[in-house]
Amino acid sequence: MSSKETHKPAVQTTGHAWDGDLQEFNNPLPRWWLWAFYATVVFAVIYWVIYPAWPLGRDYTKGLFNTITYETSDGRQVETHWNTRARFLREMQAARAKQEQILQRLAGVPYQEIAADRELSAFAYSMAKVLFADNCAACHQSGGAGVAGLYPNLADDAWLWGGTYAEIEQTIRNGRRGFMPSFARALDEQQLDDVATFVLSLSGFEVDPEAARRGGAIFNGQAGGCYYCHTHEGTGMTSQGAANLTDAVWTVARVQATAGVEANKEAVKAVIRKGIQREMPAWAGRLDDTEIRILTFYVHQLGGGQ
Amino acid sequence: MKHEKIETNSGLLIVLTLIVISIGGLVEIVPLYLIDSTVETVKVEGKDTIRPYTPLELAGRDIYLREGCYTCHSQMIRPFRDEALRYGHYSLAAESQYDHPFQWGSKRTGPDLARVGGKYSNQWHVQHLIAPRSVVPESIMPNYPWLMDTLLRYKDMPARMRALKKVGVPYSETEEEYQANVERFGEEVAGWLDIRRAEQNLLKQAVAGNYDGDNSDVTEMDALVAYLQVLGTMVDFSKFDEGYFASFR
Repeated sequence: MSSKETHKPAVQTTGHAWDGDLQEFNNPLPRWWLWAFYATVVFAVIYWVIYPAWPLGRDYTKGLFNTITYETSDGRQVETHWNTRARFLREMQAARAKQEQILQRLAGVPYQEIAADRELSAFAYSMAKVLFADNCAACHQSGGAGVAGLYPNLADDAWLWGGTYAEIEQTIRNGRRGFMPSFARALDEQQLDDVATFVLSLSGFEVDPEAARRGGAIFNGQAGGCYYCHTHEGTGMTSQGAANLTDAVWTVARVQATAGVEANKEAVKAVIRKGIQREMPAWAGRLDDTEIRILTFYVHQLGGGQ
Repeated sequence: MKHEKIETNSGLLIVLTLIVISIGGLVEIVPLYLIDSTVETVKVEGKDTIRPYTPLELAGRDIYLREGCYTCHSQMIRPFRDEALRYGHYSLAAESQYDHPFQWGSKRTGPDLARVGGKYSNQWHVQHLIAPRSVVPESIMPNYPWLMDTLLRYKDMPARMRALKKVGVPYSETEEEYQANVERFGEEVAGWLDIRRAEQNLLKQAVAGNYDGDNSDVTEMDALVAYLQVLGTMVDFSKFDEGYFASFR
């Protein structure tokens, strides 16, 4: 077969050749493609009629036969042309209506009743898991274990601001400001050392009893005044967010039982020296009352709820 | 016209292409300037609640742009149920009316930040910017430790505010403009928007807010956290009917 014959086009070409023998077909468009194109034109015209489409100076065509009805906060029914915001409102209201019954029960009954009712607690639990992940996990971590030194552990038995339903709800609703003053100026190095030793002794560390006794005097005396918030026994005060120092649970000082007394003492000293300034944001404006209740229930059952 | 004629005449092809594209552009863009309801009216007791950024927030916004935060974070909550449940009320056009350029974005590698203001404590933001994985283990965000060590450059804030003023942001430089802002935003906000007091205002806010937890200097961290903490907080949605913002569409 000669090469000239194979390159002879069977269909019409655009009539020019590049590079000696490169030619371009001039085929009509495939039928299916052409019809699909016409179909999109027809679709566009229908769309213009039904949906908001063409600008008209200071206004625009709103679309025919296509309205959305939603309810305003004061219960009026508003009918409007199709738009994403109205559609969104209707969608939110429809979803709320579906959950309304169970949400109302959740909003109304005491927490103990939620815990006792399997249907209610299952619903609250699955809703809270999502809320917790979106809003709380950034600090308290997805399992609620917190970050040592920074964000309290919600899954253990120790509560800085109280672990009853009412206290947890209060914490979420209004936020908290954890504050302990810095004692860097009030106490000298030796005193800091003694107080830290005393604090460790409260949690059962083997320490120099003489140093602990001196530290105790500062703790419970005017020099330190630690007892104002932590109480004479060191058991803390939830109204002040003051930690219980006797339970071997450490929320700020990174204390580990295996690290040895000296390392632990340094960690406690660092906290006393620097004080604590930390904040939990208030969620009242961001979450609604029922959501706060559901989260309260969830945090309470993470562990150690009182 | 035969298509051969267009295809073999590049000059004509260019002209016709430009015409087709500009029709699309004109139809989409021009009406936004003409139709009044594009930007919502958000007034509480007669005052605009959405205001331009204070000098410190503006400096923070410039750092946000410099570090390319927008490549991974959007600032646009769409009116969908899933977005509302996660991020909060959908974004209003009015909320980005003073943003030049706006930060809506089109890619969410990280979460949307349109309403991140007030969601976390300053302390969290500082730690998260220095070492994101220390608080969010699964995060792929880079570390930005230098923000904490770099002093904020703020001598040129008046110039930056003037530039924004040229494109329509109501910062004030004369007594007249200041009075107009008092009328529009109230006295307190008008004070923040006065270019003549830019430096003084920036320092005042940085000290009062103590955003990075270290008041001995004003760092880039102070500015960026101040910016993040104001995002999406200017409209108190409890003051408006649910349907109010839908009535603008």
